[in-house]
Amino acid sequence: MRLLFEARPQPSQLAVWLGPVCATLATLVIGFIVFEAFGKNPITAFNAFFVQPVSTRYGVAELLLKATPLMMIATGLAIGYRANVWNIGAEGQLTLGALAGGGLALFVGDADWPAAILLPAMFITGAVAGMAWAGIPAWLRTRFNANEILTSLMLVYVATLLLSWLVHGPWRDPEGYNFPQSKLFTDNALLPNLVPDTRLNVGFLLALVIVALAWLFVRRHIVGFEMRVAGLAPAAANYAGISARRNIWLGMLAGGACAGLAGVGEAAGPIGQLLPSMSPGYGFAAIIVAFVGRLHPLGIALASMLMSLLYLGGESAQMNLALPSAVTGLFQGSLLFLLLAADVFVNYRLRILRATPAAA
Amino acid sequence: MLPPASSDASPPASAPRLELRGITKRYPGVLANDRIDLDVLPSEIHAVLGENGAGKSTLMKVIYGIVKPDAGTIRWEGEQIHIANPAQARKRGIGMVFQHFSLFDTLTVAENIRLAVNDVEPKLLPARITEVSERYGLALDPARHVHTMSVGERQRVEIVRCLLQEPRVLIMDEPTSVLTPQAVLRLFETLRTLAAEGCSILYISHKLDEIRSLCDRATVLRAGRVTGQCDPRRESSASLAKMMIGGELPHPRHREARAGPSALVVDALDVRADDPFGTTLRAISLDVHAGEIVGIAGVSGNGQKELLAALSGERTIRRAEAIRLCGTAAGRLGAFARRALGLAFVPEERLGRGAVPEMSLADNALLTTRTEDLVAHGFIRAHGVRARAAKIIATYGVKATGPEAAARSLSGGNLQKFIVGREIGQQPKVLIAAQPTWGVDVGASAQIRQALIDLRDNGVAVLVISEELDELMEICDRLAVIAQGRLSAPKSVHETTAEEIGMLMAGARPAAGQHSAPVLV
Repeated sequence: MRLLFEARPQPSQLAVWLGPVCATLATLVIGFIVFEAFGKNPITAFNAFFVQPVSTRYGVAELLLKATPLMMIATGLAIGYRANVWNIGAEGQLTLGALAGGGLALFVGDADWPAAILLPAMFITGAVAGMAWAGIPAWLRTRFNANEILTSLMLVYVATLLLSWLVHGPWRDPEGYNFPQSKLFTDNALLPNLVPDTRLNVGFLLALVIVALAWLFVRRHIVGFEMRVAGLAPAAANYAGISARRNIWLGMLAGGACAGLAGVGEAAGPIGQLLPSMSPGYGFAAIIVAFVGRLHPLGIALASMLMSLLYLGGESAQMNLALPSAVTGLFQGSLLFLLLAADVFVNYRLRILRATPAAA
Repeated sequence: MLPPASSDASPPASAPRLELRGITKRYPGVLANDRIDLDVLPSEIHAVLGENGAGKSTLMKVIYGIVKPDAGTIRWEGEQIHIANPAQARKRGIGMVFQHFSLFDTLTVAENIRLAVNDVEPKLLPARITEVSERYGLALDPARHVHTMSVGERQRVEIVRCLLQEPRVLIMDEPTSVLTPQAVLRLFETLRTLAAEGCSILYISHKLDEIRSLCDRATVLRAGRVTGQCDPRRESSASLAKMMIGGELPHPRHREARAGPSALVVDALDVRADDPFGTTLRAISLDVHAGEIVGIAGVSGNGQKELLAALSGERTIRRAEAIRLCGTAAGRLGAFARRALGLAFVPEERLGRGAVPEMSLADNALLTTRTEDLVAHGFIRAHGVRARAAKIIATYGVKATGPEAAARSLSGGNLQKFIVGREIGQQPKVLIAAQPTWGVDVGASAQIRQALIDLRDNGVAVLVISEELDELMEICDRLAVIAQGRLSAPKSVHETTAEEIGMLMAGARPAAGQHSAPVLV
């Protein structure tokens, strides 16, 4: 007897969308085993991990708040990923966006700009800074054919150190008891709340707009189509005359702009100042979100909620169950791993071969 | 090299050496072999004839142990056997020469052969190679590197590699598709010598003339089934084709060309090869007029790939005047800009180049087309795209479930019809087609050729690059030959012969330096 993977001629649309659902369910099963191994009652643990965090209005608002940067970044990354442009450095582009947008807030904060002008200016500055940071790997790739996976990832650490230097040095709050942090932003540099008594702000609406625009671009615009072609069949793109350089630039800049916007959203939203670290790894988690969401804007919107729930659940599990924070990473990792496994079954059929009569 | 049939326990010569009964192999969505019976006698050259996709290659892979059949039995000299892998097949005495060679370019002939032949002392191997190659008229230098060899010479390496294992059944899969007419004749002599010594030869082809001149018996396959057995020497090409396709072979209608002004002019085009095993183009000049079909013949690997990339704009040329499209210097223009000037291009590779395998036919219709009804202000008009795809499907009789079918779900011939239809649908002034009917079944081939001729009659300049000399002779008005990156002056097909073209295909290739390789390969 032999096991054989046979390529399916055309994978069913249903299976393509059921894949992530199955992967999510399997992640829950693994969670069950992990909780069991930690000696926790799985029902209580699941309750603490997945239900309690969203059982209140505040909890739901937190869910959407954390989903906001994930949604923005993953949507931007997916545009590049569809064209085989692998921007892994969104975390750095987010940092640069927060640094630039936050820097603007710090410098003009006292000048009493109205929020209606300052906030858009911060977002634009942040997006441009994110694009500039993503532009470096794009240029290296188009000019020297340097692998953008490596260069964009390496620039993450440069960005983090740059921000760290600023908040330890020139931008440190003189009245901050020597903590490495900037001054608090003034009110006109903070995003208005969406729901009273929660931290959810208008950044979430911006994320929804980005998702809608991305959908329009990918599904309806000819350039989005051309980038998909380039991702699926580079030789066909070359044959059709689609510029590979343009795709690399567009893919990198889209990811950089969205990550930059997300950075501003964090700085001007829940954080309200510049800190040495502006994100608990949103830029990396967004890579998982992009794939769980099938690189499709609507899928990404849903996947970002799921990933956000894992963040909240991880915090809740630390507080209520005394589980290590690594549980969050474990869930994220198993989700991505199982999703990739599910994809194999979407594209291939497992056949069990028994000895054939000819083999007698 | 074979023991006489009577010297061992094998049955008398008239009994089959190899018997297949009820061989069945199913792939997802297709029954590749459906209860196939086949007998191979000692000393015979047995043709397996069929269109692409008829199941010939699958059947041969079953015999050679690459593919496991779902059902059926194999007998070898009366004894039921099970062939688990090619090594076992070789041990039994079954050898196979593949259509696509499996040689390492950077190794010598002897090194390549040593990788596959284990039972000859490595020190003795060069002598054995020389011995076998001389005996069968397959001149080979064991010390030569494979990358310096022509395709015909590479095939000899494959054949000699098989012969060293003293096969009793030799499978040749479409062996002549890469050879010049002269090299084909030499190959046939070798095969006849082998057969006379007692080796059975299974000869896979869809070229009817070859089979009629070479083979003793033919088994015809159609859609995975045996549809006939005959003596090909007593059949006409028409009757064989009828068995093969289950109907009459359509003949293209051909009028005298009425050539107009130059539409595509190539002037002293030089292109340096960008990979070490590519071909550098030297001073290529060509002139294709509106309303004529110009063909470029040649054995693959002589610069066709490079020339096509330069003509299509996939590779741009620094000197803009080297390529003129409808009067405009186009060398520096990319593929999109050249399309805007009226160029359409049907590439050799369908999946992955001419079409995106995962995408629907509708999306693939959009691949090279940007007309108003498909794209407005940068946004795709889904309705128009579907309508365009549906129109191509209907006009060219593409067998597909509809505009939503993924390109990869189509057979090679149907996808090619779709691509040809898409390119013609752009109403080009110049159409370039590479291997337009390669791997396409006879019916679809005839349809595609007719479409090219119709295009010519409507005043389009058509350039066809093909390895199928018969096809070029049939549809072209003028014919040039590419060899080693140089193009011969085009001649009217009425003023040339297949033999002359064949000489050009081979003759322009000089013998390689210190080696005593013959000029004709």
